[in-house]
Amino acid sequence: MTRFTPKVVTANALIEGDAVWLTADDRWTRDMREAELLEDEADAAIRLLHAQAQRNVVVGAYLADAKAGRDGPEPTHFREAFRMRGPSNYAHGKQVEV
Amino acid sequence: MYVYNDFDEAFVRARVAQFRGQVERRIDGSLTEDEFRPLRLMNGLYLQLHAYMLRVAIPYGTLNVAQMRQLAMIADRWDKGYGHWTTRQNIQFNWPRLADVPDMLDALADVGMHAIQTSGNTIRNVTADHFAGAAADEIEDPRPVAELLRQWSTDHPEFQFLPRKFKIAITGSPNDRAVTRAHDIGLRMVRDAAGAPGFEVIVGGGLGRTPMVGRVIRDFLPKADLLPYCEAIVRVYNILGRRDNKYKARIKITVFENGLETFRDLVDEQFSTTRAQFSGVDQEILAQIEHHFASPAFKTAPTDGYEAALLANPAFRSWTDTNLVAHKAPGYAIVQVSIKKHGATPGDATSDQMRVLADLAERYGHGELRISHEQNVILPHVHKSDLPAVYQALRAAALATANIGLISDIIACPGMDYCALATARSIPIAQEIALRFDALKLEHEVGPLKIKISGCINACGHHHVGHIGILGLDRAGVENYQITLGGDHTETAVIGERAGPGFSADEIVPAIERLVRGYLALRATRDETFIETFRRLGAEPFKAVLYPPQEAADAA
Repeated sequence: MTRFTPKVVTANALIEGDAVWLTADDRWTRDMREAELLEDEADAAIRLLHAQAQRNVVVGAYLADAKAGRDGPEPTHFREAFRMRGPSNYAHGKQVEV
Repeated sequence: MYVYNDFDEAFVRARVAQFRGQVERRIDGSLTEDEFRPLRLMNGLYLQLHAYMLRVAIPYGTLNVAQMRQLAMIADRWDKGYGHWTTRQNIQFNWPRLADVPDMLDALADVGMHAIQTSGNTIRNVTADHFAGAAADEIEDPRPVAELLRQWSTDHPEFQFLPRKFKIAITGSPNDRAVTRAHDIGLRMVRDAAGAPGFEVIVGGGLGRTPMVGRVIRDFLPKADLLPYCEAIVRVYNILGRRDNKYKARIKITVFENGLETFRDLVDEQFSTTRAQFSGVDQEILAQIEHHFASPAFKTAPTDGYEAALLANPAFRSWTDTNLVAHKAPGYAIVQVSIKKHGATPGDATSDQMRVLADLAERYGHGELRISHEQNVILPHVHKSDLPAVYQALRAAALATANIGLISDIIACPGMDYCALATARSIPIAQEIALRFDALKLEHEVGPLKIKISGCINACGHHHVGHIGILGLDRAGVENYQITLGGDHTETAVIGERAGPGFSADEIVPAIERLVRGYLALRATRDETFIETFRRLGAEPFKAVLYPPQEAADAA
């Protein structure tokens, strides 16, 4: 049995299309550090279902690996790090907006 | 250039209105994402890593001045002031908001453009030689036929739900600049024994997960049979193509699994039906389309000023050496404008640059622009006497980089900086390679060399047909770059061979430098290009410099 690694619920906003994360108080935040870090597999499954039900707010909700950082959850995979930051060729996206 | 008739105009407007309603229904919740997704894809709208992305077709790579200016306006008004030219002669806007997309599509319709069939399992934007109508080596301008194919394939009722996407490329020259052998259907214009123009028809080429060089299904197809024959090919594919497995759904697999002979027999059988069904109306339409593509009224003027500028300005001379191509008309040149300034993102143009290009096309270029699959912009018809002025204007807009065909003229897909499918980044690797060789001042010494970078196995960056190909992968959560060697994108197309184990993001640029320095040591003469040296010696000596024995690496 593989051990469950901590997760955050993430998706893209319906109108803007940008990355958003689910907070513990049921908001969608553009700052990953505010996301709810899910350490329990059953909790994560329920939170994902909750996110997926918000069909007119977000698109493509999924669970992404994350770890606890000093200021909140941090990505563990580079793809999620890019989603959190924005593209590397211009100062566009979250690196300048959040 | 083709101008929409009333039918085209009404069709595109109706589609925008339809999509506007679909977007409204998505936003108000009447449509779910599952319902909306195929509808947005039919209109070129993707959802990527950071935002939506709108892919707009530039049919056969041809733009007029008003269209280029409108793309600049759209970039400023609804995006972040730039656009990205792609390897399929499209432009992508990386930051639109969903609610704004119908307005963007209306603005495109204002200048005879759209995003229809730039995605989905349909026949995509028909691409063509970017020198069409201008090249000295051309048999005929392929764009009238490309436009005919566009009209035939757009909203073709039988081909809206193909097993997978379907790409057609066409060249009017025996020298293939449209990568026809890497397309589902490739059309290369040739002449028959009597001198009549027709097409060598290539089928089943494609890059991606299972790269294959297309095979000739018909040595010579008379021009008049083109639509019924293409319809027969797509029909056979639509029936036989595998819908059970996305990775086996392209026509290259259909041809491979059934064998070219069987596939050809089936096409011929369908062709006997389709040919009878085409009453000749297609040829009447083609004749009308051909009027739109009449050559501009080329001028006659002395070129003394040009000759003098060549002698007086070494930078201008260097630019003419790399960025000009022979034109069919005396006194004219084809100008390739590099969108690959060292350190910049390959294929990205700002709205200001788009307006400069439009102004130059208007003033000096008979109103025409082209987008190449190599992500550069072409001014196809410039008289040599105007070249010094064109060069100065390009220079002022940071568009005069003299590097076409050289190591920094890199094809790179958006990669993981934008694309949801990517497994690694492409853009920073391209930027670093260009900056590195510019700093070394080795670019012109190295000479012609095609580096092509893809950020995933789908190969939008054509890495398989690069002289040096780079494929970005995710190896256990780290970006890793695999090198292929010896690819060829021309009429003698070859899929490059994998050099060996991949390199980390930190190692890939030094690896490319080793490879290129190795070539300089291996070449027989200064005139022997990288690909010629590779063909003469094979991959082994290149692999030896890429993967030096450990002792040598330690000593270095």
